[in-house]
Amino acid sequence: MDLLDFARGPALAVALIIFVLGTAWRLWGVLSRPRMPDLSPAREGVPSNLAGAWRNILRCMWPRKEFGPGPLVATVNGYVFHIGLALIFFGYGPHIAFIHRLTGLSWPALPDMVMYVAAGATIIAMLLALVVRLSDPVRKKISIADDWITWTITFLPVITGMAVITESSAIVLARDHVIYRGPLAVHLLTLELLLIWFPFGKLMHAFLFAFSRGATGIRFNHRGVKL
Amino acid sequence: MSTATSTKAAFDQQGTLSGEERVDAAMKSFVSDFGVTVSLHMESCVRCGLCANACHFYLSTGDAKYTPIHKLEPFRRAYLREASPLAPLIRALGIVRKPTIEDLQQWQELVYDSCNMCGRCTLACPMGIDIAELVRDARHGMFKAGLMPERMALMDRTAREWGSTATPGEDLPDILAEVSAEHGGVSIPCNLEHADVLVTAAPAELGEHTKALADAAKILNRAGVKWTMHQSGFDASNIGFNNGDLELQERLTRALVDTAVKIGAKTVLLPECGHAYGAARWEAAKWYGEALPVRVIHMTEFLDEMIAAGQIRVNKIGETATFHDPCQIVRRGGLEAAARRVLAALGFDLIELENHGVTGFCCGGGGGVVSNQRATPLRRKVFEMKQQQVDATGAKHFVTSCGQCSITLEQGAKQTKWDKSPESLLALVADNLA
Repeated sequence: MDLLDFARGPALAVALIIFVLGTAWRLWGVLSRPRMPDLSPAREGVPSNLAGAWRNILRCMWPRKEFGPGPLVATVNGYVFHIGLALIFFGYGPHIAFIHRLTGLSWPALPDMVMYVAAGATIIAMLLALVVRLSDPVRKKISIADDWITWTITFLPVITGMAVITESSAIVLARDHVIYRGPLAVHLLTLELLLIWFPFGKLMHAFLFAFSRGATGIRFNHRGVKL
Repeated sequence: MSTATSTKAAFDQQGTLSGEERVDAAMKSFVSDFGVTVSLHMESCVRCGLCANACHFYLSTGDAKYTPIHKLEPFRRAYLREASPLAPLIRALGIVRKPTIEDLQQWQELVYDSCNMCGRCTLACPMGIDIAELVRDARHGMFKAGLMPERMALMDRTAREWGSTATPGEDLPDILAEVSAEHGGVSIPCNLEHADVLVTAAPAELGEHTKALADAAKILNRAGVKWTMHQSGFDASNIGFNNGDLELQERLTRALVDTAVKIGAKTVLLPECGHAYGAARWEAAKWYGEALPVRVIHMTEFLDEMIAAGQIRVNKIGETATFHDPCQIVRRGGLEAAARRVLAALGFDLIELENHGVTGFCCGGGGGVVSNQRATPLRRKVFEMKQQQVDATGAKHFVTSCGQCSITLEQGAKQTKWDKSPESLLALVADNLA
């Protein structure tokens, strides 16, 4: 068993188990906390709680103009690397083949050029986010270890993935064996590191954001506040 | 924007607990507040810092320590160690340090002096975290630890003894008689055995600002409402709500509801006070343990309903006005449209502030900050922002619907020798009854 066999076999299994169980544990741990029902009468004529929750989930997708250009730039930058990461992971042919081997699911890949642009934009946006966190007094004040670890662990698969790309995805997929086993193993291990870290750090916001926004949406909707 | 820190770090202490006992008391209180919504909000922060762009204390000073989410740092550490799903791991590995007494002492300024719990940051958070509510939860622990500004603690002790920060209940009939005499003999019923509406007051209305009480009486009498004030439940401001004193909050809430039930009132009418609305309209049922048997409404709602129903009519003033939206009534209370309907009935040509409605800036005095003398320099910086926005409208009248906001803004106007003074929506209606 070489490093790639290890990465594709036991390491991947362990990473997936930690990811699934850890995420479920953290979600259950939060959602099973005591509930404090709001016994006050809702303002007359307000939409249902569910509608209020959805409204705020969607409202929080974009900053209000009243808060100035800073949040707008930060939000656009955030969208660039979130969408970029999603395109890379779900749109790149070899990644789809990897998911197909794991789950049996498959879908058409995006053109390589789209992937290269997405990867480039993602790297630039993530570096920009890092520079802001290192230089802006507010971000410096509030940053904790989780922020640095999460940034690093998210950045590593992108960089190691770029290092593996030497040919078009069509050529890679047509070949029946891997020719860069070492670099590919490192790339896969960085993904597994991300999966292992996911339940323990702020990457959990991928699941929690909807609950968090929804809870506030319900509270304000109940009061008749138009967010 | 100045980069100077506006207040030096300072703290007060109450009681004789040791440092360790204070930390334990705070931690125990924090844990009791970690319900599902608090947990969701504590877990979801990605530390993007966008909340800073919404906070008037940060915007007016440029000091990063006023970033709203930073104001929760000891609370966050307490959550992670005691209640998060990863708490056993965090404690075992010592990943997150337990707050120390020094942390809590230094923290006092951030949760009491530089947060109005206005909730503007809540609207800026991309995760939808209700930071204002978390700060209020954090104050519960600080109160238990005896770590709050002494001026607010003094008000707390007074309210615990009297049931009000203004006066003992038994003095209420005499005070109301004096208010009546002072304002042309307007009838102010007190301690009636039966009434449809229990009318409540803010403490200032029983002292320096008695016109508000007389104005309310004038309107209620004109509308033909059967109402009374009552010495067993009259102070709606609920200092416990602001201070973090849950026992007092419950006691003051129960006094209002129980009194209303006792006299057969169907409605509790709250004064022009923002925190009274937050405490009674949205939280009273929690303390009562079930849905309230009475309706709780704010003075602005009452005016709006009386005008809409034709029970009172008002003369049109026909001049320009701008409106300061009180945070607890509008952003956290949902009464944005009601005040504007009353202004329209008064014939005002409304010129909105640059930031108005749910994104309006706080006056700077909410959450007890107006009573906290230590915070005065910081509050003045915040006032300048409001002053600039009001001046930019060029409106003749500057109106609001919260007595606490009015007092804060009046203090600012006096300090800066500003030619404007906030006018009360209630007073404008009372003075222009047709």
